[in-house]
Amino acid sequence: MPRVLLLIFMLLGASGTAVAQTSAAPADDAGQTTMASPEGEDRPSESVAPGVSKEEALRTSLAKFKSRDFDVKAEAIETIARSGHERGEALLQALLDRELLHDLAGDRIVLGKQSEQGWALRDPISEEDVGSAEARAARPVIINNRLRQQIRDLKSVTALANPNPLARREAAQRLVGNTDPVVLDALRARQAEEANPLVKGVIDTALNIAVLRDPASQLNERLNAIDAVAGSLEPAVRNVLRDRLAQSDAAAERNAADRALKKIDLRTERYETADTLFFGLSLGSVLLLAAIGLAITFGVMGVINMAHGELIMLGAYTTFVVQQIFPDGHEWSLLVALPAAFLVSAVVGIVIERGVIRFLYGRPLETLLATFGVSLILQQAVRVIFSPLNRSVVTPEWMSGALQINPIFSLTYNRLYIIVFALIVFFALQLVLKKTRLGLQVRAVSQNRGTARAMGIRSERVNALTFGLGSGIAGIAGVALAQLTNVGPNLGHAYIIDSFMVVVFGGVGNLWGTLTAAFSLGIANKIIEPMAGAVLAKIMVLVFIILFIQRKPRGLFPQRGRAAEE
Amino acid sequence: MSLRDTFRRDQVFAPLRPGTRPVRPGQLDTGGKHILYMEDITVSFDGFKALNDLTLYIKPGELRCIIGPNGAGKSTLMDVITGKTRPDTGSCFFGQTMDLTRMTETEIATAGIGRKFQKPTVFPEHTALENLELAMAGPKGTWQALLQPVTGQQYDWMAQTLETVGLLAQKDQLAGALSHGQKQWLEIAMVLMQKPRLLLVDEPIAGMTRQEVERTAELLQSLVGEHSVMVVEHDMEFIRSIANTVTVLHQGSVLAEGKMQDVQNDPKVIEVYLGETG
Amino acid sequence: MRHSDLTTALTDRTAKTFLGILFGAVLIVALLNLLVPAESGLHVSSYTVSLLGKYLCYALLALALDLVWGYCGILSLGHGAFFALGGYAMGMYLMRQIGDRGVYGHPTLPDFMVFLNWEELPWYWHGFDSFGFAMLMVALVPGVLAFVFGWLAFRSRVTGVYLSIITQALTYALMLAFFRNELGFGGNNGLTDFKDILGFSLREDSTRVALLVASAVALGGAFVLSRWITGTRLGRTVMAVRDAESRARFLGYRTEHYKLWIFTVSAILAGIAGALYVPQVGIINPGEFSPLNSIELVVWVAVGGRATLYGAVIGAILVNYGKTVFTGVMPEAWLFALGGLFVAVTVFLPQGLVGLAKSLLKRKRQPDATDKEADHEPA
Repeated sequence: MPRVLLLIFMLLGASGTAVAQTSAAPADDAGQTTMASPEGEDRPSESVAPGVSKEEALRTSLAKFKSRDFDVKAEAIETIARSGHERGEALLQALLDRELLHDLAGDRIVLGKQSEQGWALRDPISEEDVGSAEARAARPVIINNRLRQQIRDLKSVTALANPNPLARREAAQRLVGNTDPVVLDALRARQAEEANPLVKGVIDTALNIAVLRDPASQLNERLNAIDAVAGSLEPAVRNVLRDRLAQSDAAAERNAADRALKKIDLRTERYETADTLFFGLSLGSVLLLAAIGLAITFGVMGVINMAHGELIMLGAYTTFVVQQIFPDGHEWSLLVALPAAFLVSAVVGIVIERGVIRFLYGRPLETLLATFGVSLILQQAVRVIFSPLNRSVVTPEWMSGALQINPIFSLTYNRLYIIVFALIVFFALQLVLKKTRLGLQVRAVSQNRGTARAMGIRSERVNALTFGLGSGIAGIAGVALAQLTNVGPNLGHAYIIDSFMVVVFGGVGNLWGTLTAAFSLGIANKIIEPMAGAVLAKIMVLVFIILFIQRKPRGLFPQRGRAAEE
Repeated sequence: MSLRDTFRRDQVFAPLRPGTRPVRPGQLDTGGKHILYMEDITVSFDGFKALNDLTLYIKPGELRCIIGPNGAGKSTLMDVITGKTRPDTGSCFFGQTMDLTRMTETEIATAGIGRKFQKPTVFPEHTALENLELAMAGPKGTWQALLQPVTGQQYDWMAQTLETVGLLAQKDQLAGALSHGQKQWLEIAMVLMQKPRLLLVDEPIAGMTRQEVERTAELLQSLVGEHSVMVVEHDMEFIRSIANTVTVLHQGSVLAEGKMQDVQNDPKVIEVYLGETG
Repeated sequence: MRHSDLTTALTDRTAKTFLGILFGAVLIVALLNLLVPAESGLHVSSYTVSLLGKYLCYALLALALDLVWGYCGILSLGHGAFFALGGYAMGMYLMRQIGDRGVYGHPTLPDFMVFLNWEELPWYWHGFDSFGFAMLMVALVPGVLAFVFGWLAFRSRVTGVYLSIITQALTYALMLAFFRNELGFGGNNGLTDFKDILGFSLREDSTRVALLVASAVALGGAFVLSRWITGTRLGRTVMAVRDAESRARFLGYRTEHYKLWIFTVSAILAGIAGALYVPQVGIINPGEFSPLNSIELVVWVAVGGRATLYGAVIGAILVNYGKTVFTGVMPEAWLFALGGLFVAVTVFLPQGLVGLAKSLLKRKRQPDATDKEADHEPA
């Protein structure tokens, strides 16, 4: 009988250990096996013993917050940070937010939020409701500034355990260049466990930099590290390589560092070009949206509409108004704003056409002046109705943030979406012009008004609708623009000259001309800008266009046909 | 001169050929029989031959009428003479020495070929007299225009020209206020101010009243002798009233040429104009 | 045909009326300011004197625009740039005159340069302590800019709306440039705090009156000059270019030369207007290059009536007077009024007030006669 019992105990013990082992984080460094005790003398910088689960270790650390001793709390904070437990980060944040409470009645550390009775309590790890306490029966764990700073420093370390790989990568990113031994330990610990290659890469870089900064490291260690980080785009890598280049005694190391730096420079240049290109495309897409409506009205009707900028502005303000009407619907407010802006601007455009422009056909310069008057009226109306100050439009969540390609190159989502959007609008417009009946009539009227009328096309109606179409697109451009810049009464004014430049450069015979012109001018502007500054860049683009007009007075894609001769 | 021409082995370079350099304006050489030589002129637009091996000669002091159905090449013919269009092949000479195919439009105009277009393009905000002043041959630079007033002699000349076209009474009227016929005559007067030796008149009587047509016929006949006149017209009646020699164009080349009577009875012409009684 | 020479332009009926009204009014104002005591109801304040001087400068600017637009058909939407450049040239002279009386007390460097820690005067400021040189620059700088710009634009046959937009872009670019501190023209504060001109304090009534008279002389002189020009063959050719450019070209005229000539002369007149404007308002800043200014001045000419010269003057004075009144009483409504004016004038009154007056007079004289004149409008 006693042998069976012994066997059973041994089996239980073995299985219990096995269970304990699998629930603990795999392959921690085989650290000390001291058992964590609830209070008092723990050695600093202890890691989790393999036999103890992370959760248990966490609870033990939490319990230390009952103490009044700040040093004890500091140790606890550190342990929590390095625990590798998912909840570590949140708990430290709770500590910062004064949401970690000492429940005096139950003598436990809990999460709590203020409620009518006093406090609503939750378990720190499972977050389950564990009851409530009266106001005086619990108090937030008190920390001082030193601890707060420590928490902030350690947040990145704790985030290394976040289940989301993007968060882990960001955390590792923040720790690149850090040489604090605590941090390095945590990084090494994570390196062993990390499965995600992107995150691992960042951790490796961080550790290699640490090697290069470590005065005690060996030359061949450092050479290996240089090899590993050559080409990395982290700014910290560049700094440490430069230091090594300047300070190293070993020629081999200096050469290695030099080569590595050159590699980095090459890659950096490439990405800077890509960045310029991206911004150029972004500017170009905005110019395209702004100018395409103008190209249509000018191409079809020979009308230069100086109020075009204001139609863009109206679109932007429509977006603002829509957001005011639906304050909670930021995510989808843009989808409502788009058709709304189109309608508003189109209607205003048609009113302008019927009310003013109609009387000035064949007199383009007069039309220019009259529409300028309209633009003044619209601007002042907006100033009076809304206010002369700028308004801001909220960017929805799905458009915020950026796609980070590498440490020096990211594509902001709002600009990406706008580029795509501009292209969609462009192609949609091409479809309308080529495939619909209205489009056919518009093209006929623009090429030869007299013949078109003789064939029964009601050119007046086509005029009004064309103007409405061009204006509506301006409204849509306003919606896009509202995401990139402040919405104010002068918004239109800023873009009108650029739109005209695009139309002048691209010609009015073909929408592809507008596309080409918009993107070329956008990219050209962005290329010149870093060298000459925004103002000079604008001036140079202007001069270029004046010179270009010398050779091609009607733009890249002029209108063909006899009627275009006037 | 195209690149291909440069490398031709069977011809001497054009500038080296004797007598092919354009002579300076004012040096019209009418030593020869004709004032205008057009030989083997071909003009094609995208494959369509507007003029096809056309040969035409105008004597000095002659009144020649060019007729032909639409598309026969009448306007293109005039364009070639005035330099607006270059022929693909053939030669076109003004006098013995001026190669019109190598002169600019302005040079041709200054050399003494004046063209009156179909649509009157007078300056509507200027008086008839001022229109003539603008058209007057002479230096056209800005400083001269500013500082040199019109001389008495020039004034008389302008008045005389207005007299010739019968518009002296309207000399101070705004050209925009003139009737259609009067505008046409004013335009002829403007062309005359350029002292042309050869006058090209493109469909002058379109839109005119009967009386205006008669007066135009008289006017054109009065110009003959001092000037050579080439008239392009559709209206057979009008042609009959003024023509001595008629050239019939058809599909870019000369179909028949001669006195009105002969041409009218030419079977080829009748075939082409079948159904067209003018 | 009117061939005019300078004497005709000076003495014919229109000239006499115009110059008579102009100088008569200025004389009265001058006397009422200088001789009538301040307490009297008839006294014209110094503020009003300068205001009138400002109006006359604007009138000169409008006249300059009428030359290129009314007579040559070039709708320049950037003429404010030439005005501003002339103003800056005068401003630079006035700044140099301050000497060491500025806030920082530096004998040669203007205050803003001291503020920017500049050591010495940039090369392009040299010479502006001389009045003669400065006046030369007043004419030369806008003139050269107009010449270069016009040469590029007209030679490439840029016309119509394309040209107008390019002129807008030109003045816009200049505005951006002059806002920069590094350019050395005072940045967005511009040049101001002037003390005296030719030794006469700008605060004295007598100086103000003198400037008013100078403005009147400039306006009168420009009027006579322009009438002379438009009466010569050059003027008639310029109008021919306006009405039918290709026809004029076909007649053998180098139309781009004519356009360039008149454009440059007009720019110089605008520069002179700007130069007289600055000492009377006491400041010049990059806002003068604003595209809106250049477009506003077009409406002055449109309201008055194109191609009459005195129409432009009338339009400029009327509209600016209206602006002064409006912005004093109902500032918010001014832009509405201005915008409305643009629309109303182009749609209903293409010949301007002068044209309206003329047609009313004609109707009065011949109430039965139908209007035989063909409806030709300058483009």
